[in-house]
Amino acid sequence: MKLVIIKYNAGNIQSVLYALERLNVVPLVSDEPEEIRSADKVIFPGVGEASTTMRYLRNTGLHSLIPTLRQPVLGICLGMQLMCSYSEENDTHCLNIFDERVRRFKTEDPAFKIPHIGWNTLEELSGPLFQGIEEPAYAYFVHSYYVELGPHTIARTPYIQPFSAALHKGNFYATQFHPEKSGKAGATLLQNFLNL
Amino acid sequence: MLTKRIIPCLDIKDGRTVKGVNFVNLRDAGDPVALAAAYTQQGADELVFLDITATVEARDTLASLAREVAREINIPFTIGGGIRSVGDVSRLLAAGADKISINSAAVKRPELVNELALEFGSQCVVVAIDTNLIEGEWYVFTHGGRKPTPLKTVEWAREVCDRGAGEILLTSMTSDGTQAGFSLDITARLSGMLPIPIIASGGAGSMQHFAEAFLEGKADAALAASVFHFGSIPIPRLKAYLQAQGIPMRMDF
Repeated sequence: MKLVIIKYNAGNIQSVLYALERLNVVPLVSDEPEEIRSADKVIFPGVGEASTTMRYLRNTGLHSLIPTLRQPVLGICLGMQLMCSYSEENDTHCLNIFDERVRRFKTEDPAFKIPHIGWNTLEELSGPLFQGIEEPAYAYFVHSYYVELGPHTIARTPYIQPFSAALHKGNFYATQFHPEKSGKAGATLLQNFLNL
Repeated sequence: MLTKRIIPCLDIKDGRTVKGVNFVNLRDAGDPVALAAAYTQQGADELVFLDITATVEARDTLASLAREVAREINIPFTIGGGIRSVGDVSRLLAAGADKISINSAAVKRPELVNELALEFGSQCVVVAIDTNLIEGEWYVFTHGGRKPTPLKTVEWAREVCDRGAGEILLTSMTSDGTQAGFSLDITARLSGMLPIPIIASGGAGSMQHFAEAFLEGKADAALAASVFHFGSIPIPRLKAYLQAQGIPMRMDF
């Protein structure tokens, strides 16, 4: 299987690489359109800031390539947010694969820290990505922006209010949490993605 | 529901863990990677590696340690000790560390916190604060808690938060090593005052102490070393105990 991790100016690709190596897959890290187009599976990871990253994707043409991919694509964290239509993070127009807006967590309640950091529950799981993952399942999150619940939500997590922990539409999948850092549940999810 | 985190801390010297370890049948208890894997299996939510030598030479060893740990374990980990620059952090994150922690270097040059937050994002910048109670006031200490500073802990914590720290690792030198419980008052004060997570550290001796850190200290995470290393508190038992007290814990390990 040819697995390509999209290379761009986002951090923490290394952890995703190692997580896949633990599943005995050796991914190719590339920003070449031909390599990405010919992959069996594509992973779009990301830790970083939305506007800077979108600018990079536009400058490299990846912004027009990613939405036209036909094979299974998995966006992670910022990758998921960039697959939505718009992010409040520095007023950024994104890839518009999921018709959802990315909002900043807001609360007056001091019990809720922002960013949302740590292990939180995954609830109302559906679809092949969560096969074999039993509730209560926990995943590792680090983020200040979130996607509201919507028609593409395939897992939800409660923080201030319930938000989309994962999205799915056609060949596009995305998780707000980091499966590469989410213990057994995360490893199962990555394996499920590889099995699609 | 967001769970409270249990974090074992591994002290590192020359790439090896120091302090005796007798909780698992490890062939080599000095091997930080094997120890990290064992803690992960036991249900640790995160790991912290602190290089206690903090020398220039140690930084090369630390980067290769980060790489080995990232290869082996599937939970987040933080590396600290002797980090002084954006370049130091860049190497550790590129090697696979999720977060870094800075302490004395931030006190010496507070702008470092801004630089790191801007370059890598607040989510990976942990500022460690060693604090000591002196005549009724909590002050910041540096150099492994040996060197006093005129900084008041409350004011310093607010400053590093404003500068972009993503989390604060608060170690009470007053409690550290006593096994008499975390310093709950200063932990609760920082947690109530700041919008970022507070990791309580120093003084864990019993499971009850962890419960107090979360319930009274309002900590988001609790870090300990000896009670885990020497096996007096096995992590699965601790998590079951805390969950029974109504403290949310991740139990699917």
